[in-house]
Amino acid sequence: MNPFSSGTRLRDMIRAIRACKTAAEERAVVRKECAAIRSAISENDQDYRHRNIAKLMFIHMLGYPTHFGQMECLKLIAASGFPEKRIGYLGLMLLLDERQEVLMLVTNSLKQDLNHSNQYIVGLALCALGNICSAEMARDLAPEVERLLLTRDPNIKKKAALCSIRIIRKVPDLAENFLSPAASLLKEKHHGVLIAGVQLCTDLCKVSVDASNYLRKNCTEGLVRILRDISNSPYAPEYDIAGITDPFLHIRLLRLMRMLGQGDSDTSEYINDILAQVASKTESNKNAGNAILYECVETIMGIEATSGLRVLAINILGRFLSNRDNNIRYVALNMLMKAVAVDSQAVQRHRTTILECVKDSDASIRKRALELVFLLVNDTNAKPLTKELIDYLEVSDQDFKGDLTAKICLIVEKFSQEKKWYIDQMFKVLSLGGNFVKDDAWHALIVAISNAPDLQGYSVRSLYKAFQTSSEQVSLVRVTVWCIGEYGEMLVNNVGVLEVEEPMTVTESDAVDVLEACLTRYSSDIATRSMSLIALLKLSSRFPPTSERIKEIITVHKGSVALELQQRAIEFNSIIQRHQNIKSSLVERMPVLDESAYIGKRTSSSQANIVADKSSQPSSTATTLKFPNGVAKPPAAPLVDLLDLSADDTSVPSSTSNDFLHDLLGIGLTNSPSSGIAPSGGTDILMDLLSIGTPVQNDTASKVVSSNQGFAPTTKPVPTTIQVMDLLDGLPSNGSLPGSQTPVYPSITAFESSTLKIMFSFTKQPEKPHVNKIHATFVNLSSDAYTDFVFQAAVPKFVQLHLDPASSNQLPASGNGTITQTLTVTNSQHGQKALAMRVRMVYKVNNQEKSEQGQIDNFPPGL
Amino acid sequence: MIRFILLQNRQGKTRLAKYYIPLEESEKHKVEYEVHRLVVNRDPKYTNFVEFRTHKVIYRRYAGLFFSMCVDITDNELAYLECIHLFVEILDHFFSNVCELDLVFNFHKVYLILDEFILAGEIQETSKRAIIERMGELEKQE
Repeated sequence: MNPFSSGTRLRDMIRAIRACKTAAEERAVVRKECAAIRSAISENDQDYRHRNIAKLMFIHMLGYPTHFGQMECLKLIAASGFPEKRIGYLGLMLLLDERQEVLMLVTNSLKQDLNHSNQYIVGLALCALGNICSAEMARDLAPEVERLLLTRDPNIKKKAALCSIRIIRKVPDLAENFLSPAASLLKEKHHGVLIAGVQLCTDLCKVSVDASNYLRKNCTEGLVRILRDISNSPYAPEYDIAGITDPFLHIRLLRLMRMLGQGDSDTSEYINDILAQVASKTESNKNAGNAILYECVETIMGIEATSGLRVLAINILGRFLSNRDNNIRYVALNMLMKAVAVDSQAVQRHRTTILECVKDSDASIRKRALELVFLLVNDTNAKPLTKELIDYLEVSDQDFKGDLTAKICLIVEKFSQEKKWYIDQMFKVLSLGGNFVKDDAWHALIVAISNAPDLQGYSVRSLYKAFQTSSEQVSLVRVTVWCIGEYGEMLVNNVGVLEVEEPMTVTESDAVDVLEACLTRYSSDIATRSMSLIALLKLSSRFPPTSERIKEIITVHKGSVALELQQRAIEFNSIIQRHQNIKSSLVERMPVLDESAYIGKRTSSSQANIVADKSSQPSSTATTLKFPNGVAKPPAAPLVDLLDLSADDTSVPSSTSNDFLHDLLGIGLTNSPSSGIAPSGGTDILMDLLSIGTPVQNDTASKVVSSNQGFAPTTKPVPTTIQVMDLLDGLPSNGSLPGSQTPVYPSITAFESSTLKIMFSFTKQPEKPHVNKIHATFVNLSSDAYTDFVFQAAVPKFVQLHLDPASSNQLPASGNGTITQTLTVTNSQHGQKALAMRVRMVYKVNNQEKSEQGQIDNFPPGL
Repeated sequence: MIRFILLQNRQGKTRLAKYYIPLEESEKHKVEYEVHRLVVNRDPKYTNFVEFRTHKVIYRRYAGLFFSMCVDITDNELAYLECIHLFVEILDHFFSNVCELDLVFNFHKVYLILDEFILAGEIQETSKRAIIERMGELEKQE
């Protein structure tokens, strides 16, 4: 009996559910139905089994749990009739997926059904197999599918072909078994079989080089003939779409031709003519035709096509680009990105149109166009393009500004030939989209300004002007605050005025006004305010007349609710009140920041951040971590630089914090040898300023320290040390820090050959003993630089591996730099089995592919 | 390859969901919710393609119903747009003037049609007539 046609309860249930006015009512109905189905299941009711499963499928679609029906599906599949099997397989595909173990139970039924005499039942089984087959099932049932590929019924044949695709996707090793049946499918006339066969061949090419060689040799001719036949075919009502016979088959054929022609000039030459025919003859007034043209262009770009054919292809894209249909423009942009690599000149011709697309109202088009523009920028057009993009930044959508500013920042950094241009463009970006600028972009700007002594005056004046109109842009405010703190006197005294500048007069109190505004405004965040406090301290020494006022401003913040501000205010206040004699040397201008070192740091800084975050979690000192209390310089990354610079070239000794103090102190002392301050006093103040958890041995705490202790962040000594060390040397020693609870694992040299060395260091969160973070560092021991460096790793089944992106794919020669990469390894058998890993490194030396591999067994015990 | 096919109404009720890749139940619900949010508010003048995580969704609206296909980033968008239209034509032909209610009450038949049209994430048959005829034969088996 048929549960659906007889107006019985499936319909009624759907009606009842649809009649529900509230979600609660719906839940009640579903609960009642589920209860009934459960009891039917437990009574092993056979008559209504398929109706129940049908109902469950509907309930499942509404988003309710239906796992209890899984076994019922298997029983239906095992039943003999077609209607039961049909619902059973449908339920199987909907309610289960390949990862459930229940599925293993169905392998046998599937095998029987694949051998069934009723072709409709074979069809059902093939369909289920094609949609949910797992690797194990693929192995077990591949012979059946292979056999079915040779049957005569086209309905079975096409299903078997698609099933084979699933099988070889799951188990690529099986590919060779399917090769010759797949090739013979291409001789068929039936479109369904053909399209499935072509797709199967495409997938075979993807998994096996042998297969593509075989197909290239034996099938290219046949493919060209099929494509010629269907593209010349007269009106065929059965397959006609908008006047074109079977565009889907066209597209599949073109795609397979691309696979075969890739990097093979003979095949490319052979298919040249037919591609030219398709590219020039296909009607482009309907979507179907455009879909073919699009695929054809991609194939032309992918193979070793003649230049004439390429011109034809780029012209098609040019036509697409000026099409009124957004979809067509989108695919044109998409394809032009690939075309840039092939023929950049030809794409440049469409630059203006592409630039218009950046301003489109559709986000998909904008995003594509922006990426394409980025690829098109070169030294000659960087200036006009940047101008266009910046002009657009002013009017663009809020949600697009993030992408846009990021790309503009990259362009101006990469293509700036003169510093002034770079600084000018960055100022514009900061004024228009300062809220979206990433930290490292404005840090880089500060480094650049610090390295351009003749532009510092110009910068600070421009920023001052920009601030008057765009003071709501966070990163503009920060850069302005920093520059006024450093170069405030250049602002007031008009030092180093460039010809292009308009003269302006700014008084000392105007400069202080700006900082005060930043400090007191509600919209400023704590980082900006902290920076303002430091800048004020610096100005108080540079502009003696305003020092009283600055002192007052600072005093107000002694009661700030933000711990960071309060602490700074108190510290700065005591510097102003009690330590006038060393103040001027304390707030000296920053030494020039090393540009090359900063760029190097930038690539690895993402890594450092991860480490810092991790180690701060148990101690919850994130605030102090984010804003290192340096008098020296607010932004975190440059601070690291400064410290590295002043440290000796030798590796940082274990007592980092002390060394660091000496260094800073050293700077202070050498600058003012006559100030006559006892070193110990200075140390205390500095330590305090930097809010390092005071080492216990240092008992000579001055009044400043003691007055501060009440307010100081209540961090335990140990975490603070960790955090300070993180700030100081970023990477190396983190793995072996003496954490209070975290077990410590020694770092290992995981792999070493004559050309390459890999070090692993380990961290682990105590609450998750089976999860390990491995920080891998790669060093090039040879004298040639490596490019396109890729690290691959394989682990046993009980281990899960996750690779974060590497810091770079370029590895400089002779250990002059490293690549770092974080691996997360989850050992599901922690404590029972030790970790092991196979690794493979692929890279290019002088454009020659090289690879190395090895096995790592020397993991420290307990991971 | 097609990752999944969704058929949703404007309120976000799923009328058909076919996954060709394994996903957790909770993940499926999340995907359905996110895809609906992505497509429902887009201006009809915009492209029919939206990037979705590492893939893209090709969608098309028919009256109050959204047909969405999630495909690989390298796939031919225009072809899948055509594919959606062909599927709708088949449904229209089968139910003679299809409406949302047909799809609700005959959801199992919609799945059956889809299984004759697409298999393992790839197109199986491009002839409307062949699929309708095949459906007739299958119904006779009941």
